[in-house]
Amino acid sequence: MKPAAFEYVRAASLAEALAALDHDDAKVIAGGQSLVPMMNFRLAQPARLVDINAIPDLNRIEDAGTHVVIGALVRHAQAMCSDLLAARFPVVAEAMAHVAHLAIRNRGSIGGSLAHADPSAEWPLVVALLDGEIVVAGPDGERTAAAEDFFVAPLVTDLAEDEIVVAVRLPVPPAGCGMAFDEMSRRAGDFAIVSAGALVRVEDGVFAQVRLALGGVGDGPVRARAFEDALVGKPATPQAIAGCLDFAVEDLEPESDLHASAEYRLHLVGVLSGRVLERALARASGSAS
Amino acid sequence: MSRRVDIALTVNGEPVTESIEPRMLLSDFLRDRLALTGTHVGCEHGVCGACTVEIDGVSARACITFAVQADGSDIRTVEGLGTIAGMDRVQQAFRKHHALQCGYCTPGFLMTVRDLLRNHPLKTDDDIRDGLSGNICRCTGYEHIVRAVRELADERDGVRGDD
Ligand SMILES: Cc1cc2nc3c(=O)[nH]c(=O)nc-3n(C[C@H](O)[C@H](O)[C@H](O)COP(=O)(O)OP(=O)(O)OC[C@H]3O[C@@H](n4cnc5c(N)ncnc54)[C@H](O)[C@@H]3O)c2cc1C
Ligand code: FES
Ligand code: FES
Repeated sequence: MKPAAFEYVRAASLAEALAALDHDDAKVIAGGQSLVPMMNFRLAQPARLVDINAIPDLNRIEDAGTHVVIGALVRHAQAMCSDLLAARFPVVAEAMAHVAHLAIRNRGSIGGSLAHADPSAEWPLVVALLDGEIVVAGPDGERTAAAEDFFVAPLVTDLAEDEIVVAVRLPVPPAGCGMAFDEMSRRAGDFAIVSAGALVRVEDGVFAQVRLALGGVGDGPVRARAFEDALVGKPATPQAIAGCLDFAVEDLEPESDLHASAEYRLHLVGVLSGRVLERALARASGSAS
Repeated sequence: MSRRVDIALTVNGEPVTESIEPRMLLSDFLRDRLALTGTHVGCEHGVCGACTVEIDGVSARACITFAVQADGSDIRTVEGLGTIAGMDRVQQAFRKHHALQCGYCTPGFLMTVRDLLRNHPLKTDDDIRDGLSGNICRCTGYEHIVRAVRELADERDGVRGDD
């Protein structure tokens, strides 16, 4: 349970970090809350660690009007108590409450969560739900990636070895949207077996906009597009949600593993989707009560 | 072996400088270099909470933090709380409520409870249990730990307890 030896580089700037990553076997370390356990088990044995924690400005949450920019080093605990995020995306704090435990939330970062890409993790799901863009810096400058392109397979992203996640841009949805998140895990703080996030907007008593994102059932966070399309235009009622739930499991092929069977995961998709959609509906303005 | 690096930090108010291998975990640094064996090690992958310390005023797992990352920071361990003759308030409450048996988990719980009392409402016992969920205790069944934290939270909030 001790990590293998490595060379340690503390980068003082993004340029220094990118230069240090130009190496055969280097890895970024942010909060270390996923990487260090893997190194303790020797599942990861990088020859060089590039510590990005001292890079200025990566730990800010900024209001850019049409969107909010969250720096890669923003900690889960910081996101959970941000007034700006609470005002624009109340679903963030609701989801962060399920991430690990107090001490881990104090150090773990959004950039690390996205780069680690656990298919049950909360941040990837939230970014997919909110149509966020992941901003990546590399030797040739910056690029952005949508969640659907970024998450390739469990623990695999489209990040190149010499690239760094620098921020996430979340577009602010129209006023009056309701959002909700929920998950099922064996114990508080464990990774979810299945998680679900919803966003809805109601106009004239019908669903004008519907988003449903699911975790723990695919290679990364999954948007239930068939369900979303089916519910848009239907009356904004719990009955309409229930009537469309079969679409939520369409095309899903979750794996059976130590934590849950595929059948149980599919069952949870129905239960949790119904729950978050009803809650999001109750929170959307213009919906009854 | 990789090149050693020099680190300078504050531990329980004392300045410390040491030369270490980058792969040294903060938990091993505290226990083996500084002989501060009050920080316990259980799982070494962030799950059990036994190694919880404070880094710059917030709780953190020492077993999944490299000592080299603590360069320049202010660390507090259980040795930096009270003494046997002069326990701090959290230690007193644990003693009064029998919130420990073997004591293996206790240093980690004490550090977690300090963080909870600083930043969390703890309105209900469920809130307390949720806040403590990252620390495992194999002896007490948690009930007495929850009672100790209830007393501390009520005292903080000016609520009169029933004893
Ligand atoms: C007991 C326990 C329970 C947990 N439970 C949950 C949970 O329920 N839900 C959840 O989401 N997470 C959970 N986590 C993981 C935690 O949220 C981590 O903080 C997170 O997954 C990784 O963030 P980090 O900043 O610690 O990244 P690190 O551990 O530092 O890095 C993780 C990976 O990302 C890479 N990386 C980090 N930052 C960047 C960057 N900016 N650009 C490019 N690559 C980067 C690293 O090279 C590494 O491969 C848990 C962890 C523990 C120990
Ligand atoms: S020893 Fe650090 S959490 Fe278990
Ligand atoms: S008192 Fe023995 S493990 Fe908690």
